[in-house]
Amino acid sequence: MSPWTFRLCLVAVLGGAALLSVLNLALPETAAFHVPTYAISLAGKYLSFAMLALAVDLVWGFAGILTLGHAAFFALGGYAMGMYLMRQIGTRGVYGNAILPDFMVFLNYKELPWFWHGFDNPAFAIAMVILVPAVLALIFGWLAFRSRVSGVYLSIITQALTYALLLAFFRNDMGFGGNNGLTDFKDIFGIPLQESSTRCGMLIVTAIFLAAALLVARYLVTSRFGKVLIAVRDTESRTRFLGYRPERYKLFVWVLSAVIAGIGGALYVPQVGIINPGEFSPANSIESVIWVAVGGRGTLVGAVLGAVLVNLGKTVFTGALPELWLFALGALFILVTLLLPGGILGLLGRPPRRPKNVTPAAEPAE
Amino acid sequence: MSGNRETLLYLDGVSVTFDGFRALNSLSLVLAEGEMRAVIGPNGAGKTTMMDVITGKTRPDTGKVVFGKDTDLTKMDEPAIADLGIGRKFQKPTVFEPHTVWDNLLLALAGDRRPRFTLWARQTSEESDRIDAILKTIRLREHRDRRSGDLSHGQKQWLEIGMLLAQEPQLLLVDEPVAGMTDAETEQTAELLREINRTRSVVVVEHDMAFVRALGVKVTVLHEGSVLSEGSIDHVSNDPRVIEVYLGR
Repeated sequence: MSPWTFRLCLVAVLGGAALLSVLNLALPETAAFHVPTYAISLAGKYLSFAMLALAVDLVWGFAGILTLGHAAFFALGGYAMGMYLMRQIGTRGVYGNAILPDFMVFLNYKELPWFWHGFDNPAFAIAMVILVPAVLALIFGWLAFRSRVSGVYLSIITQALTYALLLAFFRNDMGFGGNNGLTDFKDIFGIPLQESSTRCGMLIVTAIFLAAALLVARYLVTSRFGKVLIAVRDTESRTRFLGYRPERYKLFVWVLSAVIAGIGGALYVPQVGIINPGEFSPANSIESVIWVAVGGRGTLVGAVLGAVLVNLGKTVFTGALPELWLFALGALFILVTLLLPGGILGLLGRPPRRPKNVTPAAEPAE
Repeated sequence: MSGNRETLLYLDGVSVTFDGFRALNSLSLVLAEGEMRAVIGPNGAGKTTMMDVITGKTRPDTGKVVFGKDTDLTKMDEPAIADLGIGRKFQKPTVFEPHTVWDNLLLALAGDRRPRFTLWARQTSEESDRIDAILKTIRLREHRDRRSGDLSHGQKQWLEIGMLLAQEPQLLLVDEPVAGMTDAETEQTAELLREINRTRSVVVVEHDMAFVRALGVKVTVLHEGSVLSEGSIDHVSNDPRVIEVYLGR
């Protein structure tokens, strides 16, 4: 994780989003370099996924927690945003009900369920985007890390967590739109969602949040906290004999990671226009681990790179040969694991080792 | 032998059973403040289990482990015991391989261990002075910026001893410090331990009899989970029971 790759990544994320927006808004549709609006949303989706990947890398790459359920936090953040967007529809729904979203009218709800209250308020909704994943992660992490559950066992229960949420959100009487989820959004913060300028705005906001998350993550992993975390990842028991409590370190980074994933989900929903229980599917979480592995585990930048590249590949591939995508993804994972254990960043990330016979004593002292 | 010095560590009738196997069988041991003790014994005698019990990794079925005046270690977990001032060096050198030698010592340095501290901690000049001093003691000054995973086996052992020193424990538990070392390194290690012992109490578990002799301290021989013999190296090596255990099979 050399500084220049990190800076390059920040510039690429922010500059890329700005450039795409300019090419979309400033050029006429007939111009050769015009970027269509659907591509803007696609880029926004990739950057949202990059936040999920960053969250996975933070816990997997630096704390050794192989999470196979991180899409759960992403989807919860997404649902919180989706609920806000549903309330923004107001009377413009198919049934024209000012209070109840369409699916509730359809399912014969008489009044708004208690947990939907407050979601008409954007500040409350944003708070929930952060709090819901954080609280779930706190409870789950506290129980798991305190009991010293780790390795494969922890991976399996993260998988169970997201699967349980998948099943729960599929139920119509949960009050989250069941199978169909939440969709048909019209406005965000009073601005029409379908406008090109709104789409560009969302892309830029996503890029800013991703850049901020990268900066926070980088601060964290290069701080003394991060050094302890890496020590915990590699030799957890040794850190205990030094007097550290690994469970506290893991819990902190776990909750932070869940919040980053949740914000990613909240940014994802308005740009793709729908959130449904499929987002909880275990396959999504596993895919996010693959992004990180492809880009380079434990590098932060690699997570972003992997998420964007693999999803770009997915878009192209599922357009051309949809039935082969899963095979391609599986093959990619196997190839990366076998041939590129450090991921793409591993090819250029690690500085060359100092030759053994050169004495470092010659270096000036700090 | 320890005269009227205060007792630092007191194991009283400690028993540990793993699936019916008695790893420790009502083991009793007294260590005085400032003492260095060598613990020897054949494989399976219970040396490592004894370390595990003292450091909180294993809870004894019966018996007491008292540190200092009246602190019962059997009720505490590893970080709490480490915090109390008991440091441990493992048989296999375990350093934090991706980190530099310097960072390994920095993490081991006595201080606040809570995330809310380490999150914002900046290295102070006092900290760098202490690390410098330890680097000098463990003879790794030229290697301070090297990735610790790239050190030789013997250097890793020293780094781990340095990490122990950085913790500033009252009591050091050192498990087979010279395993896999060259003769010259073994000699330097004995010297290093004696130096450490000037200010701290040390328990050394070792197989290497020449090394134990070089330390020149009181020796406890463990066998089948309890103390077989105790005294000077000459005393225990002439003890017929010890001879039987070591040579009888």
